[in-house]
Amino acid sequence: MTALFRRVDETGRRGVRLVVDGYEVTALEGDTVLTALLTNGSRLRRNEFDGKPRAGFCLMGACQECWVWTESGEELRACSTDVRDGMRLVTKEVPWLTR
Amino acid sequence: MADPVIVVGAGPAGTRAAQRLVQAGLRPVVVDENERQGGQIYRRQSENFSRPAEKLYGAEAARARALHTDFEALRPHIDYRPGTMVWGVAEEGLLTVRDRAVATLPFSAIIIASGATDRIMPVPGWTLPGVYSLGASQIALKAQACAVGGAPVFMGTGPLLYLVAWQYLRAGVKPAAVLDTNSLATRLRGLRGMMTRARVLAHGVRYMAELIRAGVPLHTGITPARIEGREDGVTAIVWQDARGRLRRTACDAVATGFGLRAETQLADLLKCDFVFDRRFTQWRPRVDPDGRASRANVYLAGDGVLLRGADAAETAGRLAACALLQDRALPVGTDEIADLRGILATMDRFAEGIASAFPWPAHMAAALPDDTVVCRCENVTAGDIRHAATALDSPEINRAKALTRPGMGRCQGRMCGLAAAEILAAARGVPVEQVGRIRTAAPLKPLPLDCTVTP
Repeated sequence: MTALFRRVDETGRRGVRLVVDGYEVTALEGDTVLTALLTNGSRLRRNEFDGKPRAGFCLMGACQECWVWTESGEELRACSTDVRDGMRLVTKEVPWLTR
Repeated sequence: MADPVIVVGAGPAGTRAAQRLVQAGLRPVVVDENERQGGQIYRRQSENFSRPAEKLYGAEAARARALHTDFEALRPHIDYRPGTMVWGVAEEGLLTVRDRAVATLPFSAIIIASGATDRIMPVPGWTLPGVYSLGASQIALKAQACAVGGAPVFMGTGPLLYLVAWQYLRAGVKPAAVLDTNSLATRLRGLRGMMTRARVLAHGVRYMAELIRAGVPLHTGITPARIEGREDGVTAIVWQDARGRLRRTACDAVATGFGLRAETQLADLLKCDFVFDRRFTQWRPRVDPDGRASRANVYLAGDGVLLRGADAAETAGRLAACALLQDRALPVGTDEIADLRGILATMDRFAEGIASAFPWPAHMAAALPDDTVVCRCENVTAGDIRHAATALDSPEINRAKALTRPGMGRCQGRMCGLAAAEILAAARGVPVEQVGRIRTAAPLKPLPLDCTVTP
């Protein structure tokens, strides 16, 4: 899968593991959820109206385009939430809505 | 005990306002949506990052460091609430949320230093992954040491376009192009105003020169046509050059912005009067020269009211605090107020220079194809807004919003509102101020349903 973001510095930080759409990926301590997802992929969510992928836009908490689901059904604003070891996130179909 | 003064925002304006209040012996509550103080321009990186200030803030490193260390010194003297979002106003106070806990904060006076976002002009394809606001592309680099792509195009207008492109270049990511909708001839119109701050102007010229020297194509007077890509990202931007020829630049990201849009929603909830500011072609709260709003005990400072940049925001924050102290008959030197006003007068001329050098291309909104998405939240198109304007006869933006939903989504029109108003105004054949501005509604941003309420 293509990663949208690329790291240009600060790569010596400790790693954290998270599960995204059922797959384990690694990110770095101090990453936001947005950075963790977009250095591993190209999508945060799908738009409710056309189903197409979205990957955030403003990164400063204004546009509300980076809300992601956790497996347990919580929503997080990815640009302003720090990643935590063991997070389990969903960026595609939300299972409890399509079931 | 009397209710405290609340300062909303901990960027340059909010920090200096709080500092001045502390100097007068007050203990303000400082509410900031960010986890770390600094605002956007002086946004801090996470604690476990190690790049020096020079690398993050370039020529503004000393200012950034001063703002951060001065704030740390304030910490014992203020009630600091980081990571706290203001989402509404009630009789009893400001409605806030932090970590799913809702709280009401009473106040006797409020200084709003809510800052600004990029001003956005939609372009076909701008909802593709890999298209970001200009500010977003800078935040990724500054706060997270990430580039939004390996070969980004910077498209839009304004000084920030060149600054961020240059910051990417310095970070080892060569921009595929910088595309400015304004021509060089237009830019010269602002030269006189921009000369009032020669040092800042010189920095801007240096960024452009270094981009050119590195072989980054800089094009002016362009018109964006569309952004192309796939589900997993951007592949190119198609644009018309100044002579009208259609050109394509391959890229893997687009960062776009057209100057700034003041974040005025809290002032709106507080029922402050607004005026249409012709210099910045947008509505903003009405303030007196020192930052007093139309309502007693409400003050505004920084880019959340007047788009004059970070240096002016520091001065305006201090001045708004002085105005508050003066209104409480607390001692403030008249010299201090006169000095601050004098500094802001220069900043005003500079900001007007920038605004005339890099004007908002309103005509581009009018020319957007009908099927272009304008509201990203709900995919409302330019055609939908024109339908509201003509067939449904909406004379102003809130009627159009009720009928075809531009600005109805979860961002409340922060991203699309200014362009939507231009589309409506053009379709109605009236000046943009005549179609009004999108009214604000609480909650300002989405709230989780499972919040706990603390008394």
